[in-house]
Amino acid sequence: MAQVTLDSVRKIYPNGVEAVSPASFNIPDGEFVVLVGPSGCGKSTLLRMIAGLEDITDGALSIGDRVVNTLDPADRDIAMVFQNYALYPHMTVRKNIAYGLKNRKTPKDIIAQKVDEAAKMLNLTDYLDRKPAQLSGGQRQRVAMGRAIVRDPALFLFDEPLSNLDAKLRNQMRIEIKALQRRLGVTSVYVTHDQVEAMTMADRIIVLNSGKIEQIGTPAEIYHNPASTFVASFMGAPPMNLVAGELDSGHLSFAGLSLPVHADHRGPVTMGVRPEDLVIDPDGQLHMEVELVEELGAHRLLHGMVDGQRLTVHLTKEIKAHTGPLRLSCHPDRLRLFHPETGKRMDAQMATQPRTQTESVAS
Amino acid sequence: MADITSSVAVPAPTRRRIRWSLIGDHAILIAGSLFMLLPLLVLLQTASTPDLETMKNGPGLYFGDQLDDNFRKAMFEASGFSGANTGLSMLKNSLILGLGFAFGKIVIGMMAAYAIVYFRLRFATLAFWLIFTTLLLPLEVRILPSYEITQKLGLLNTYTGLIVPLIASATATFFFRQFFRSVPEELVEAARIDGAGPVKFFIDILVPLSQTMIAAMFIIMFVYGWNQYLWPTMITTEEDMYTLVRGIKQIVQVLEGNEIPQYGRANVLAIISVIPPVAVVIFFQSWFVKGLTESDK
Amino acid sequence: MKRAGFDSRWLPILLLVPQLTIIAVFFYWPAVYALKSSFFLQDPFGFGQTFVGLENYTSLFDSSEYLKVANFTVLFTVLVTFFSLALALLLAVKADNVLRGAKTYRTLLMWVYAVAPPVAGFMGLLLFNQRWGPLMELFGHFGWEFEMGADYSDTAFAMIMISIWKQVPVNFIFFLSGLQAIPKAVREAALIDNRSASGRFWDVTFPLLAPTGFFLLIINITYALFDTFGVIDTVVRGEPSNNPMTLVYKVYVDGFRGNDLGGSSAQSVILMVLVLALTVFQFRMVERRIHYT
Ligand SMILES: Nc1ncnc2c1ncn2[C@@H]1O[C@H](COP(=O)(O)OP(=O)(O)OP(=O)(O)O)[C@@H](O)[C@H]1O
Ligand SMILES: [Mg+2]
Repeated sequence: MAQVTLDSVRKIYPNGVEAVSPASFNIPDGEFVVLVGPSGCGKSTLLRMIAGLEDITDGALSIGDRVVNTLDPADRDIAMVFQNYALYPHMTVRKNIAYGLKNRKTPKDIIAQKVDEAAKMLNLTDYLDRKPAQLSGGQRQRVAMGRAIVRDPALFLFDEPLSNLDAKLRNQMRIEIKALQRRLGVTSVYVTHDQVEAMTMADRIIVLNSGKIEQIGTPAEIYHNPASTFVASFMGAPPMNLVAGELDSGHLSFAGLSLPVHADHRGPVTMGVRPEDLVIDPDGQLHMEVELVEELGAHRLLHGMVDGQRLTVHLTKEIKAHTGPLRLSCHPDRLRLFHPETGKRMDAQMATQPRTQTESVAS
Repeated sequence: MADITSSVAVPAPTRRRIRWSLIGDHAILIAGSLFMLLPLLVLLQTASTPDLETMKNGPGLYFGDQLDDNFRKAMFEASGFSGANTGLSMLKNSLILGLGFAFGKIVIGMMAAYAIVYFRLRFATLAFWLIFTTLLLPLEVRILPSYEITQKLGLLNTYTGLIVPLIASATATFFFRQFFRSVPEELVEAARIDGAGPVKFFIDILVPLSQTMIAAMFIIMFVYGWNQYLWPTMITTEEDMYTLVRGIKQIVQVLEGNEIPQYGRANVLAIISVIPPVAVVIFFQSWFVKGLTESDK
Repeated sequence: MKRAGFDSRWLPILLLVPQLTIIAVFFYWPAVYALKSSFFLQDPFGFGQTFVGLENYTSLFDSSEYLKVANFTVLFTVLVTFFSLALALLLAVKADNVLRGAKTYRTLLMWVYAVAPPVAGFMGLLLFNQRWGPLMELFGHFGWEFEMGADYSDTAFAMIMISIWKQVPVNFIFFLSGLQAIPKAVREAALIDNRSASGRFWDVTFPLLAPTGFFLLIINITYALFDTFGVIDTVVRGEPSNNPMTLVYKVYVDGFRGNDLGGSSAQSVILMVLVLALTVFQFRMVERRIHYT
C-alpha cells in the first residue's frame, strides 16, 4: 500500500505535443482516484507515466516514499488493467494470472494458492484452464483483474477497463471493481471518459482538459461546485445549464430574473444551474417555452428556450409536463457564476450567503 | 393448391437458369483443373511405361507397371559421370537446401524484425532502410557478382554458399515486422509490468503468438528454397552437391541421350522433385494461403 | 516501433547483426560490384581490367541482338502477365461461385504453385516432344508443324504457355482470397441493385479487386522478368543459339558463359534500374489511387 505523489509531472512527446502540462497532486494511501476528461486530454499519458510505460519529461513521481521516475514498470510494484485486457492469448487463464508471479520467482505452491484465491474472489474457478478466446467479455475483464490482484501491488492502475463491455455488464463490473478495491484497500488510479463511472466510483475525481488539470475534488464537490464551465458541462448528464447573464452593482439579471449578489465583477457573466435545480413555479420569473418533453421513466427532461437561450429542466416522475409556456424559479444558492471569457468559476456569492472564497478573477 | 399451374410455372425458369450457370461454372473449373493436371499425368504415364514403348508410341492412355523399377533406378543409380548424383543424394541436398533456407530465413528475419519493432534504437530508420532495400532487387539481377563473391569466399560447392546468399533478402523480416506491428501494444506493456524482459517476452509471448505465422512462412520459404534453380546451378559444380531441381538440366540430357532415352528414370526424378513441395502446400493449404496473401499487405 | 519499446542497448544490435552481415556481404557488396564492373572492360584472359566509362552501356544499345532480346522480353512479359492474370481471375470467380467441390477445385488449381520453374519447363519438353509430344501431335492435326527448339516463334510459344501454366496458381490464390474478402453485405447490396451477373461483376466485384489486381500486376511482371529463368533454360536446353530469351537469361549467358563481365554487369544495372522504376511506380500508385479500405 502506498501513497502516490506527482510533483509538476509533465509530458512532451517527441513530436512536440505537450500531452500533460505540469501536474501536481497527491493520492493518499488506499484512495480511489478517477482521472476523467474528453478523448485526447492526456488521461492515458498521465496513467502510463505512473506505470512507467512512458518516460516522464519533467517533474518527480513517487510511489510510497521513493521517486520512481527512472524505475522499470516491473519494479514499481504496480498492476495495470488495460482497456483491451491485454491477456496473453496463447496462455490459459491460470497461466495468465500466474505469469507476473512466475517472473518474480515466486515459489510454485504460493503461486497456485494465490491464483486459486483470486479465481475464487472473481468467480473464475471454473474457467482456469480455458484460453482467453473462449471467455466472454466480462470474464476476460475479470481475468485482467485477477492478473492485477494476485500480485498484491501497492498501486492499481486502470485504463478504461470497462469501455469494451455492454452497458449492463459495465454497471455490474463497476460495482465489483469498486467493492474489490474497498476490500483490498489498494490505492487506485482509474482512467475513464465516462462521467457516470467517475461519479460513482471515485473517492476523488481529477478532471483533465487538454493536458491541464481543471479540478480535483470529491464527486459531490465536482458536481455541485464545478471549477469551470468545462467541468460544469462535462460532468453530469444532462450537463449544467450555462446561460449568459449580466452583473451590475449588486444585481445579477437574466431573463426577467434579478437577484442581489456580492461580486467584484461587472458586466456579462456565464450563469450555471443544474437542470434539477430549476423548479416549476406559477409565480416564477423565468418564462420558458417548452419545445420537447423527454420521457425517461424515472424522470423527465424538458427542453426549451428562455429569453432566446436553451435550457433543460429535470422533473421527477410525479410532475406532469407538456410543451408550451411554463414558469420556473430557482433557489439563488444553486446558481453558479463563471467568468464569460476564461470560464473559471467566480467567487461571487448570492446575497443570502456569506462570502467564503477569496479566489478572484480580474475583469 | 388451387392455382397449380402458376405455382409450378413461376419458379421453374429461375431454377433452370441458376442450374445452367452453375453447370457452366463447374465446366470451366474442371477444364482449368485438367489444364493444370495434364502435364503431371503425362509425366506419370511415361514414368510408368517402358522406355521403348514411349519412344515408339509416345504417352498412352494407360499407366504401365514400370514405376517401381524406374523408381529404384532413379533413386539409387547415378546418372552423371562421377556416380555421385543418385536420386537419393539429390533428394538429401534438396531437403538441406529447403529446410536450411527456411530455417535460416525465419530465425534471422524474426530476430531483425524484433529488434526493429520492439526496441528504441538510435539507428532504427537506417537499419530499416538498409534491410528493406533488399526487397527491391532479386538475386537474379546481381547473380554474377554474387557468384564472384561467393567464389572469393571459397564457398563454391558448400551448403553455406548454397543457402546463405539466398537469405540475403528481407522478405521474412518484412513479413514478421508487419505481423509484430499488428500485435496489440498493450501486450508488451502488460508483460513489462508482469516483469518480463526483452528475452523473456520474445520467448514466452511473441514466439508462441507467432506460431501460425512461423508455420506459414516456413512452408513458403521451404518451397522457395527447394525450387531454387539458377543459384544452385552456378554454385554447385560437383555432382554430389546437386539438388533435384538443379539436376533437371542433367535429366534433360539423359532424355536426349543415346540409343533409348531413359524417359522413365528421368520422369521419376522430376516427379520426386515435385512431390515434397506440392505435398507441403496441399497439406498445409490454409496456413500457406494465409501466409502468402498476408505477407503483402 | 511500439510506444513502450524496450530500452536495452546491445540486444537489438545483437539481433540485427546476422541480418545486416548477410545483406552487406551478399547484397550490397554484389550490387556495388556490379555497378563498378559495368564501367570496366574485363581482359578475356583474366589479366586486369580497363576503365571504359559508359562504353559497356552504349555498345548494348547499339547491339541489335540485345535490342531483339529486350523486345522479346517485353512481348513475353506482356503476354504471360495478361493471360495468367485473366485465366486466374476467371477461375477464381468461378471457384468463388460454386459451393460443391470448392475445396477440391482450390487444391487442383493451386498445387502447381509448388512446382519449380525448370520442372515446369521439363514437363513442357515432354508435351512438346519432337517425336511424340501430345501437344505437338495435337497442333499437327491443325496443320501446324510445331518445332520447339528449332523454330523461333514455336519455341517462344512454348515458353509463354509454360510460364502461364506455372503462374496461374499464384494469381488464383490471391484473386480468390481477394474475392472472399469482399464483405457479404456488399455482395448482397449488389444483388439487390443489379440483376445481371456480369453487370455485378464489372460494376462491383472487379473494382473491389483492383488493389489485388494491381499488386498482382507487379508480382507478375517481376515473375516474367526473373523467375522464368528456369523455364527458359530448360526449354532451350542450355543452348541459347537462335532461341528466344529474356534479359535475365542474357545476363547469365553473357556473363557466365561468354565471360563478358563488363557487358553482363551493365545489363544487370539496367535491370536494377528497371526494377527500381517498377517499385517506385508501385508505391506511387498504391499511394495515389487504389485504396478502398
Ligand atoms: N506516442 C505519442 N506520440 C505523440 N503524441 C501522442 C502519443 N500518444 C498520445 N499522444 C497525444 O497526446 C494527447 C493525449 O493522449 P492520451 O492517449 O493520453 O489521451 P486520452 O485522454 O487517453 O484519450 P482517450 O480517451 O481517447 O484514450 C493526444 O493529443 C494524443 O494525440
Ligand atoms: Mg486513453
